[in-house]
Amino acid sequence: METPENILARLQAAFPSAKIELLPNGCPSQPPSLLLDPAFACEIATFLKNDAALRLDHATNVTGVDWPKEGYIEAVYHLFSMEKKHGPLIIRLRTANRDTAVVLPSLTPVWRSADLQEREIFDLFGIKFEGHPDLRRILMWDGFKDHPMRKDYVAPDDFEYEPTAHDDVLERAQQHFSKNA
Amino acid sequence: MSVLSDSLIEDLKKQGVLVTSIEALYNWGRSNSVWPLQFGLACCAIEMIAASMARFDLSRFGSEVFRPSPRQADLMIVSGTVTKKMAPQVVRLFNQMPDPKYVIAMGACAISGGPFKQGYNVLKGVDRFIPVDIYIPGCPPRPEALLHGLMELQKKIRAQKLTGENRAKYFDAAQPGEYPIPSFGEHDLEPSKNAALWSPAQVARKD
Amino acid sequence: MDTSFSSQKEIDARERGGLGTERLEVAFGPHHPSTHGVFRMDVVLEGEKIVSLKPVFGYLHRNHEKIGESVSYLGIIPYTDRLDYLCSPTSNWGFVLACEKLAGLEAPERAQYIRVILAELTRLVNHTCLAGFLAQDLGAMGTPLMYAFRERENILDLFESLTGARMMVNYFRFGGCRCDLPEGWLQGVSRVLDAYSKFLDEFEALLTGNEILLQRTQGVGVLKADLAINAGITGPCLRASGVNYDLRKVDAYGIYSRFPFRVPIGEHGDCFDRYMVRILEMRESIGILRQAVREIPAGPIMDAKAKTRSIRPKAGEVYGRIESPKGELGFYLIADGSPSPYRYRIRPPSFINLTVLEEMCLGLTVADAVAILGSIDIVLGEVDR
Ligand code: SF4
Repeated sequence: METPENILARLQAAFPSAKIELLPNGCPSQPPSLLLDPAFACEIATFLKNDAALRLDHATNVTGVDWPKEGYIEAVYHLFSMEKKHGPLIIRLRTANRDTAVVLPSLTPVWRSADLQEREIFDLFGIKFEGHPDLRRILMWDGFKDHPMRKDYVAPDDFEYEPTAHDDVLERAQQHFSKNA
Repeated sequence: MSVLSDSLIEDLKKQGVLVTSIEALYNWGRSNSVWPLQFGLACCAIEMIAASMARFDLSRFGSEVFRPSPRQADLMIVSGTVTKKMAPQVVRLFNQMPDPKYVIAMGACAISGGPFKQGYNVLKGVDRFIPVDIYIPGCPPRPEALLHGLMELQKKIRAQKLTGENRAKYFDAAQPGEYPIPSFGEHDLEPSKNAALWSPAQVARKD
Repeated sequence: MDTSFSSQKEIDARERGGLGTERLEVAFGPHHPSTHGVFRMDVVLEGEKIVSLKPVFGYLHRNHEKIGESVSYLGIIPYTDRLDYLCSPTSNWGFVLACEKLAGLEAPERAQYIRVILAELTRLVNHTCLAGFLAQDLGAMGTPLMYAFRERENILDLFESLTGARMMVNYFRFGGCRCDLPEGWLQGVSRVLDAYSKFLDEFEALLTGNEILLQRTQGVGVLKADLAINAGITGPCLRASGVNYDLRKVDAYGIYSRFPFRVPIGEHGDCFDRYMVRILEMRESIGILRQAVREIPAGPIMDAKAKTRSIRPKAGEVYGRIESPKGELGFYLIADGSPSPYRYRIRPPSFINLTVLEEMCLGLTVADAVAILGSIDIVLGEVDR
């Protein structure tokens, strides 16, 4: 497959007003990823899917990552090509912040495989995907208010006594016992 | 059975005379036809299926008749992780089973949450909502362990009294046959446990 | 009553006009014997036809990913066992593969062969059980499943003598395997394989030509290739639709490039093809296993670079994927230099294979939906994680 640098150059030529960035990967054997401009995400995705040299028709893994220190939530897409049998190309989208502006464009219209996975991100991370056909909670129940995969989520305190105690679990247990002492 | 001694009964048996009591006969019949609910939750369910298949052959104990409907079942084998999303359904199924009914908590997850205890969506033990008769530890328990658990349950059934002070609970109309079903709250199940049924184990702490 | 209908079409039309059918909503699951666990489908029926089907997930959501962020890399391996609990060795492998890429480790020859042997044995277990469950869902209560589980026990015995556990093997390690093969184990594998080919013949004689099975599966739940690709369907379901995409060939991870096996491809994408692809895959697996047992070299089973049992990789991210019996099983890890991953994500094949369940079931009956679900091959531990 083309190098991500090459793809970046071609994308910049095709979408001159879009802001696209190449993010390095700390792991030397693994490819860097492309950070896309959410405003152009759908068009770029369609381009990647239909481009004759790339044909990235298989969006395997769609997931979210919470970065509380940096102040955004990411959606990460791993793209492969079943036709050309190459990949991956990793693209990322970032929300503006973590509470008020958590809207990203949905890529489900381009790749159906993102359907359930974007719902999962909505459920567990709280990113709202605009243009998703059926954005509901998927793993937790409908009335659930939190987004448990966020780093700052606090699970309900329902331990009865000390579980396998180490690190933050030990801390939680200690908090529990000091509260209920 | 207090009129005849055990040794006399044995002697009579050797002569071809079977003496028994209604209670023993009734419990013998019940204990050898415990029909479980066909109800698998997670990994442990596979071992439960394995126990009912060719090699381990649960039918030797009269329990191969897995019933898809709770109305026809005597035994609920909670085989696997009970998540908070599933807990109301488990309680509902238990409520729908007719008395006398029994519960086996199979595997670490059903007992306490097991390896997934730290999960936000995992119920830390099914005994928070329904009464459990037999606990089978293991992750997953081997089919032999399930068979052992079943034999323990049979022992328990055979020891149940029909009359007298300590007769089985299900004869007592005041005893609850159904248990409250928790509802989905905004952060957790509400209530998160049935306080009448379960209270945390007390750990003696030095400090 | 006027009984002069000329065609079935007319009957249908009159019925609709005259009587009108009420829509019936059926909550199928989470407790239902043929949902393979605690899966639920909200089905809307018109007469007997399915007009809408919404899968409901989450009844076995055990928070693998959240828990994974707080345990060490090594500590995650036992959790991967419990992902797809019918085939824990392949789940192990997927995770270990991703971590090895992250840490720059590579398993030595012997360990690679052991991995292939375990993975292909797992494939046999999984596909046999699937065929048994599928037959069970179609109404063959007992017999085929009994046969399947009888054979499964023989393979589980092998797992047990190697790893000490029947189901949850917890055997793969970063840069190799946990322990070497016990004496006589490979002969045991050969014995099981000899019996397995015979068993497969017997099993096929029982099922494959069976009129009822054919009627219930052929032409049911057709999945077209382009939709399958777009929806991210992987594994035997994808290949049954005629797409040649097997990660053992495409990525040739491990040492799969050394095995000249064929990839069975379906033609129609219906339930029968999905069933048949798996049967054929099992026969290929037996070939792979025979070759692996023949060629396995002596030597170490751990990479000499792997000094500690766990790893502590530098910041970076990796996506590793393997062909699990159910499809593409991927692990996406973000390391931040700490002993546990910053983000641990599982790409579950059985979850994503359910994306187009509704399309496959529309217009059919509930009994067909059961067959379709059975032929997709899901395991709830992986669907809900
Ligand atoms: S106890 Fe272990 S095997 Fe059983 S359901 Fe829990 S994790 Fe799975």
